[in-house]
Amino acid sequence: MGVIEKELYTIDPVKETTETLVHYVNVSKSYGDVRVLKNLNLEVKKGEKLGLIGPSGSGKTTIIRMLMTLEKPTSGFIKFEDEYLWHKENKKGQLVEADEKHLRKMRTNIGMVFQHFNLFPHMTILRNVMEAPVRVLGLPKEEAKERSVEMLTKVGLRDHLDKYPEQLSGGQKQRVAIARAVVMQPKVMLFDEVTSALDPELVGEVLEVIRELANETDMAMILVTHEMDFAKEISDRIVFLHDGKIEEEGTPNEIFENPRSLRLQNFLKRFLRQ
Amino acid sequence: MTWSWDFAVEIFPVIASALWLVLAVTFGAYLVAVVFGLVLTFLRRTKYKLITYITNGFIEFVRSTPPLIQLFFVYFALPTVGISLDKYTAGILTLGIHYSTYLAEVYRSGIDAVPIGQWEAAKAMNFSKVQTWFRVILPQAIPPVIPMMGNYLIVLFKETPLLMAIGVHEFLQEAKLIGAAHFKYLEAYTIVGLLFLLLSYPSALLINYLEKRSKMKKVRG
Repeated sequence: MGVIEKELYTIDPVKETTETLVHYVNVSKSYGDVRVLKNLNLEVKKGEKLGLIGPSGSGKTTIIRMLMTLEKPTSGFIKFEDEYLWHKENKKGQLVEADEKHLRKMRTNIGMVFQHFNLFPHMTILRNVMEAPVRVLGLPKEEAKERSVEMLTKVGLRDHLDKYPEQLSGGQKQRVAIARAVVMQPKVMLFDEVTSALDPELVGEVLEVIRELANETDMAMILVTHEMDFAKEISDRIVFLHDGKIEEEGTPNEIFENPRSLRLQNFLKRFLRQ
Repeated sequence: MTWSWDFAVEIFPVIASALWLVLAVTFGAYLVAVVFGLVLTFLRRTKYKLITYITNGFIEFVRSTPPLIQLFFVYFALPTVGISLDKYTAGILTLGIHYSTYLAEVYRSGIDAVPIGQWEAAKAMNFSKVQTWFRVILPQAIPPVIPMMGNYLIVLFKETPLLMAIGVHEFLQEAKLIGAAHFKYLEAYTIVGLLFLLLSYPSALLINYLEKRSKMKKVRG
C-alpha cells in the first residue's frame, strides 16, 4: 500500500486527449510468479469499439476484468476519464489506494457481460434487469420497470419477462445479460468472450444484439473475442495480445489483411484453418 | 416395579404441560442460533484479519466445550462479574449461541456453493456489499442448506433437557419431580422419551421431504 509520489504518476507515456475514456498506464498483473500482463499501455477513446484478440493466456480477459475492478493490477495505473480507477487522491494530493466508496463510484461507468452469463438464478428475467436500476441507481420502480422492459424488448425477450434464467436457452440468457448491463447506461461495456459458452447455432442471435448496440449507441465497447469475423466487422480498432504484451494494433483492415508480425500471422492462420 | 397404565395416564398431562415451555425455549434458542450464526458468518469474512481470528477462535472454543459447562458458566459464573440473567434467558442464549457456531458452518457450506460468477455479476452491477449479501448470495446459499438447518433444530430440541440443570421445568425436570415424589420413575421417563419421539420423528420426516424436494429441484434446474 502506501502513497505514490505525484511525479511518478503524472508521467503518462501516451499523450491523452479529451477523447480519452480509459487509459492503462504501465499496468502489470501477476498471479504469484506468473506475469499475465507486462507493462501494458493502452488507451480507449470515448465511444470507441475496441476488439481484443489473442491466444488464450495472452492476458486479454485480465485487461477488462481489471477495468471492471474484479482484478487488481499488481502495478501501474488505470485512468478513467479524469480519475484513477484503483487509486484516489488524498487531501495532500498524493495518490493512495482507492476505498470501496471510490470503486463503487467508478463502477457506475462500467458494465460487463460474462462468458457464463452469471444471471441471478433466483430472480425472474425482468427482475434480473430491474434490480440494479432500482437498488443501485435508486430509480422509482415504475421507471426502472419501463426501462427494463424496453431493454428486454430490444433484445427480443419481451415475451419472457416472468421466466427464470434456467428456462431460457444460452443465447437468450446472454441477451438478458446484455440488457442487464446496458440498462445501467455505462460509458463503457465490456464483453468477455460472450459467445464462447454458446452452442454454435445460438452465437448469431447474440452477435446480432451486440452489433445493433454498437451501431446505435455512443457507449465505448471492449470486446474480448474469438469471433474474428465479428471483431473485424464491429471494431474501430483491434489489439492483438501475445504473452501479456500488445504485439500489434491497428484498424481491422490492417490487422486482418496486413498483419505485420509473424505471431499475428500465425495466430490468424490457425483461426482460418478452423 | 411394573408398568402402571393408570399412573402413566395420570401423570402424562403434568409432564406434557411443559410442552409450551420446551417449544418456546427451542424456538427461542434456534432464533438466536439462526441470527447469531449469520453474524458469525459475516464476522469471519471481514477483511480485518484480527476479527476473523477472534471469530474463528470463538467458534472453535464454543464448539469444543460441552454446552452443559457453558450453561453453568453463563448462569452461575457470569453473575459474579455482574451479568445476571434469569434461567430462561441464560438457557436460550447459551443453547442459541452454542448452535450458532454449527449454523455458521452450515451457512458457510451454502455460501461456498454459490458460484464465483454471482459475486462478480453483483460487483459488475455495482451492488453494495449489503445488497450483494442479501439480494444475491444468501437467497442462493440458504435454500439448499434448509434441510441441514432443520436437522440442527431437532438436535437443539433434544438438548433442552440440559436446562434442567439450571432449574428450568422442562419435560425431564417434571418427570424427575414426579418420579421422586412417587418413587415411580419408569412411567415418567418413558413418557419423556415418548414426547421427544412424538415431536422429533415427524420433524425428521418433514426435513427428509424438504431434502428430497430440494434435490429434485436441482435435477430439474
